[in-house]
Amino acid sequence: MNNTIAISTQDVVKHFRTRNGTVTAVDGVSLQVRQGETYGLIGPDGAGKTTITRVILGLLSRTDGESSILGYDSMHDTYDIRERVGYIAQQFALPPDLTVMENMRFFANVQGVGRAEQRRRIPELIEFAGLSDFTGRLAGRLSGGMKKKLALACSLVHEPQVVMLDEPTLGVDPVSRREFWDLLGKLRAEKGLTIFFCTPYMDEAERCNWVGLMYQGKLVAHDSPETIKKMVPGRLLEFTPSDFVPAWRAVEEMEGVLEVQTYGAMLHVFVDDPARRRREIRDALAAQGIACEGMREIEPRMEEAFISLIRKQSGNGQSA
Amino acid sequence: MDEYTIEVNDLTKRFGDFTAVDHVSFRVKQGEVYGWLGPNGAGKTTTIRMLLGLLKITEGSARVLGYDPTKEAKTMQAQVGYMSQLFTLYNDLTARENIRFYGLAYGLARDELRRRQAEILEMAGLEGREDTLTANLSGGWKQRLALGCAIVHRPKVVFLDEPTAGVDPISRREFWGLIYAMAKKGVTVMVTTHYMDEAELCQRVGFLSQGRLVALDSPTRLKQVEMRGQVLEIDCADSEAAMRVLQAAKASGQFPFDEVALYGAQIHAVVPDAEAFRQPIEALLTSEGVNVNTIEWIAPTLEDVFISAVKPDAN
Repeated sequence: MNNTIAISTQDVVKHFRTRNGTVTAVDGVSLQVRQGETYGLIGPDGAGKTTITRVILGLLSRTDGESSILGYDSMHDTYDIRERVGYIAQQFALPPDLTVMENMRFFANVQGVGRAEQRRRIPELIEFAGLSDFTGRLAGRLSGGMKKKLALACSLVHEPQVVMLDEPTLGVDPVSRREFWDLLGKLRAEKGLTIFFCTPYMDEAERCNWVGLMYQGKLVAHDSPETIKKMVPGRLLEFTPSDFVPAWRAVEEMEGVLEVQTYGAMLHVFVDDPARRRREIRDALAAQGIACEGMREIEPRMEEAFISLIRKQSGNGQSA
Repeated sequence: MDEYTIEVNDLTKRFGDFTAVDHVSFRVKQGEVYGWLGPNGAGKTTTIRMLLGLLKITEGSARVLGYDPTKEAKTMQAQVGYMSQLFTLYNDLTARENIRFYGLAYGLARDELRRRQAEILEMAGLEGREDTLTANLSGGWKQRLALGCAIVHRPKVVFLDEPTAGVDPISRREFWGLIYAMAKKGVTVMVTTHYMDEAELCQRVGFLSQGRLVALDSPTRLKQVEMRGQVLEIDCADSEAAMRVLQAAKASGQFPFDEVALYGAQIHAVVPDAEAFRQPIEALLTSEGVNVNTIEWIAPTLEDVFISAVKPDAN
């Protein structure tokens, strides 16, 4: 990883016109991805992840702002971008009636890769994707995980410097998801490839060097996963109260309690001083006849940080 | 009524040559929040459909509230709620009309229906949005309305099939709050998900893989019992270089790594014994010119455990 910027956007805005007026899908997003970095754009459905990805790639025109890949402008240098960037769209489907090998050749031809180059690269990529035993199988008959790996191999056939992957692991089983991430890890460690991906899974943030949290068209936070997790003030206590709602209300009012999040039957309470507040919470709830089971301090994960950050952004103290 | 709300023995479903559900057995107590974690195609939905009496059972038996879904589906269904992954709501009806529609379909009397409408609108946080067309509600509202419609007849058991797919994290948290509020009132909940972090919220969770239940316990116990190997988190200045060294050591058999993977700026290595391997790994990296900041033994995630449980036994 070095400090050269591979992908850059500055105040990008994207409006869509609909029957009911204008919808702002992307609302002033500025982000930078360094070369060799694995960058995760994380957020729920409808946050604007796919739209900003397509704007960066030049597949959608931007309403306002600047965006570029490898110094090429998204709107004006689309041919240069196409040559240097690999892309897997979310609803990406490989021709199901072509075999693994035929798919690879098809994408190589589309990208204008010469014969000699194809003979060198395709077997390498097929081996990399773990598909050597399946070269003659129809793409339509591959498992979900294998299809994703083939899609990745196809997106790499023109040896791009950057790949952009839109929810590549959606609906894939955990074993295949991990295998897919291992492939991305190899690309990062061995080839120094820049990887930009979108995901609704918070836990995939742990795989990135840098994370953008996106919500309602805006970047809520933009930093290393470690730093984002530290953005929530205080330390986190977890416990299961015997009477949920009264406990929640009571704890929210207590001194030293910075934020309360619900977690199934548990409460997650951010406090200033865990040793002291732990005792105080236990005593205060006991006075109301409420027991606290399994009280302990835990490390906040990306999801706790995300919830806290979007609550602050929308400025409500409502339940979550 | 039986001691268990749901009781399933050797349940199997075959479609031609394909076995979608393969000799699955489990029991769920009243008021329990019981979950299934598994990828698309693992057999989650097929099982729920058999338990609801919508799909024939090939082999084995099932009891829901003591009823046999193959013979007593009609009586059983009056006491069972079901929410599918495609929130089955009428987009051209308002929130209130959707509840009314489901209430009438379940044969609720006028007074009871009026009471339930108010209760459900409150539960789903839809007050002030009663007359909004469902099409114009956002994901979280729709999801809570769908749950409300599924429980309009006060069922004793509720089956939720991937109820939170595609919903934002705050709405997901709120939804789980509703699940636990129902359980507290004695309703039994069986829920499926493919989110690892959501499985942690169940009191007991089963791992489903290719039609088989490969593990079943509380999330805490699963992490203690089912995980083969221990996870070391290695933090180095140059994680890409460290990764190349460790991959080579794995390939040559120098270290018996179950797994070596990049996690952001760190590397996770699964080894048989964390304490025994910490020093040798550090020594190897240092000898290859990679500076090690820290090597820490960390708790496995539920995903680590799932992968360990479905992997063919290496021992």
